[in-house]
Amino acid sequence: MVLKELMLGNEAIARGAYEAGVTVVSSYPGTPSTEITECIAKKYDEIYSEWAPNEKVALEVAIGAAMGGARSMTAMKHVGLNVAADPLFTASYTGINGGLLIVVADDPGMHSSQNEQDSRHYARAAKLPMLEPADSQECKDFVKIAYEISEEFDTPVLIRLSTRISHSLSPVEPGERVDYQLKEYQKDIGKNVMMPGMARKRHLIIEDRLDNLKRFAEESSLNQIFWGDRKIGVISSGIAYQYAREAFGNVSFLKLGMVYPLPEKLIRDFAAEVETLYVVEELEPFLEEQIKALGIEVIGKELLPVTGELNSRIIRERLLGEEAESEVIGVEDVPGRPPVMCPGCPHRATFHVLRKLKLTVVGDIGCYTLGALPPVSAMDICVCMGASIGIAHGMEKARGRDFSGKTVAVIGDSTFIHSGITGLIDIVYNKGTSTVIILDNSITGMTGHQENPTTGYTIKGEVTKQVDLVKLGEAIGIERIKVVDPFNLRKLEQVIKEEVSVDEPSLIIAQRPCALLKKANYSGYAIIDKELCRNCKQCVSIACPAIVDKGDQIEIDDALCNGCMLCAEKCPFDAIAKVGGSDE
Amino acid sequence: MNEVNIMIVGVGGQGTLLASRIIGNVAINSSYDVKLSEIHGMAQRGGSVVSSIKMAEKVYSPIIEKGEADIILAFEELEALRWLDYLAPAGRMIINKQQILPASVLTGQADYPEGVLEKIRVSTDNIISIDALSVARECGTTRAVNTVLIGILARLLDFPKEKWLASLENLIPERYLEANLKAFETGYNYIQ
Ligand SMILES: Cc1ncc(C[n+]2csc(CCOP(=O)(O)OP(=O)(O)O)c2C)c(N)n1
Repeated sequence: MVLKELMLGNEAIARGAYEAGVTVVSSYPGTPSTEITECIAKKYDEIYSEWAPNEKVALEVAIGAAMGGARSMTAMKHVGLNVAADPLFTASYTGINGGLLIVVADDPGMHSSQNEQDSRHYARAAKLPMLEPADSQECKDFVKIAYEISEEFDTPVLIRLSTRISHSLSPVEPGERVDYQLKEYQKDIGKNVMMPGMARKRHLIIEDRLDNLKRFAEESSLNQIFWGDRKIGVISSGIAYQYAREAFGNVSFLKLGMVYPLPEKLIRDFAAEVETLYVVEELEPFLEEQIKALGIEVIGKELLPVTGELNSRIIRERLLGEEAESEVIGVEDVPGRPPVMCPGCPHRATFHVLRKLKLTVVGDIGCYTLGALPPVSAMDICVCMGASIGIAHGMEKARGRDFSGKTVAVIGDSTFIHSGITGLIDIVYNKGTSTVIILDNSITGMTGHQENPTTGYTIKGEVTKQVDLVKLGEAIGIERIKVVDPFNLRKLEQVIKEEVSVDEPSLIIAQRPCALLKKANYSGYAIIDKELCRNCKQCVSIACPAIVDKGDQIEIDDALCNGCMLCAEKCPFDAIAKVGGSDE
Repeated sequence: MNEVNIMIVGVGGQGTLLASRIIGNVAINSSYDVKLSEIHGMAQRGGSVVSSIKMAEKVYSPIIEKGEADIILAFEELEALRWLDYLAPAGRMIINKQQILPASVLTGQADYPEGVLEKIRVSTDNIISIDALSVARECGTTRAVNTVLIGILARLLDFPKEKWLASLENLIPERYLEANLKAFETGYNYIQ
């Protein structure tokens, strides 16, 4: 008997790639997809892996590898596919050579995302097959099937995950890696150069391919019927299937492992056998609308929510009429515990100054977005990765120079490389005067510490060339570039004041490593000298989780404090000193 | 085969994820079907974290819903109170008597509720509470809070003790193992 291992859905995807003989993986991190590529880099040396600067580049690298004859993969979060959408739509036309798999992880309920878009729409829009596994074993199995489909039908294939699949562990039976032979590369202009003349011909082929995929879907073991009581039939897929199965018990199920294109005949046959038909799916009525278009009556989103996650309780309450919140102990309201910037976080210092200066802060996505939460509340806007810079420029063009004199854009190092640099070029090119602050903490923090082009290391921890942000700024024509340690609060304040007031674009690089990195080099902890302390609460104002305001006195929690000493910088009475550590 | 739903609640950085994997491994090595669900992402930054472990002959949904947890392992008092509605009517709670103040309390905008254990006792008598941090410290590392609590849990479940020890040996780094085995033992003998 092969021993089963508990694996995250993400680890199982990585395992599937390994077993399928994949040799190239390029991705950009994003919760809940990150562990797929991390796991490959850590465990499977047979596979070349890399962090790309963004998802568009990652997909392009994967397309290149597939065209070059290898099996390749890219993994990203749902919003990453927006960034990669351009190559996605046209790679659908060119098709592949070696198999190409795009894994996209949705985040219903927005555990750590800025929206809850439903990636299944991309499959339909780009005319690509999409598979949706319902547990870790299926994650692994579906990856292998995806490569077979990809090569049989000459198409990129999408696999859709969601947070509860990516981040749940369930048993997986590991298998052997196949010895995949690189396919021959042949120049084929009509297929691989998408100009109008060639693309028109390819579009016809893509429509045929979709018909063939529909026929495949009718027969494929990806779509399964489990007969139970035929009074009720349920059509579902992915994690929603698990919730439905738990809620409904022994009724009949059509479980779709392939959510695009749909097996129309199989659906009709199933519908004909059951009395009442439900469609249970998270987020959009993607299956429901297509099934209704077949003229089949189903119950779905008129009773189920289109927002947030599903669970079996919601299904029991909305579809089976179970009483709400039965058998539940009531609880009182307790203070929330949202995530906070860590003790020693360099962003804390920058936001402290921004708040003091009462600037309009156009923010971006990363740990620093926590600067929008109370008590700091020093961020006005945050839309998507890289957007801070363009938005600041747009506000200047709309509201004029006076407004931009009180505005800054703040963006992390990874986010700047991902898609901030193009916005900055726009400012310079179109004579803007905005001030951009790069919060350079030497790491992609938010998603759990990935290297990026500014850190000087690859995904494998190998030393590589490091983007020089100052030279980069100079090269695009910025003449005012300042590098500051944000813990030098006075200096940072002075630099920001100066830069927002000048009539040209400026770049401030607030440089200090993430507190969780070894090179942050913090040690010991801070204590307050009760004799010297006047309880002015200046240290409390930096909102550090290690500083406790007890009303009549202030205490520092030595278990949380890492001796960063930002509070001491703030103290007007020199009442905070360091204990232990290297520079006692 | 009894169906068991266990929830682990705590604060990011307390080692709840490792705890759930240790438990999950015991179950899978005892021929149970198992699903563990965790929410990553914000976990490092001191937020409220929860993971669930479901074991049965066959598990479908990986998540435990309100009123369904047979056991809640609470690493922190406020979190115990926050997730109390997930406890099944006959469920049990194992509570670490530790208080970690959330940001709103630190900055004086909210109060940490008083008498958390008494409040929970109003709803259920089935509580085991322990100062696991002190126990862990005595065993040699404050990082062993999770194994102290797992020791208590092990006593409540039917798996043989060797399976627990094997799972600990598998998942805990060598240099912390000794202290953690001691912590587990203390937890295991905490209730008679
Ligand atoms: C298009 C897209 N891809 C990925 C993500 C996930 N994500 C959120 S923030 C972030 C990077 C943050 O790194 P950085 O800008 O260096 O800031 P830090 O968190 O280190 O402060 C990533 C990858 C996203 N939100 N959108």
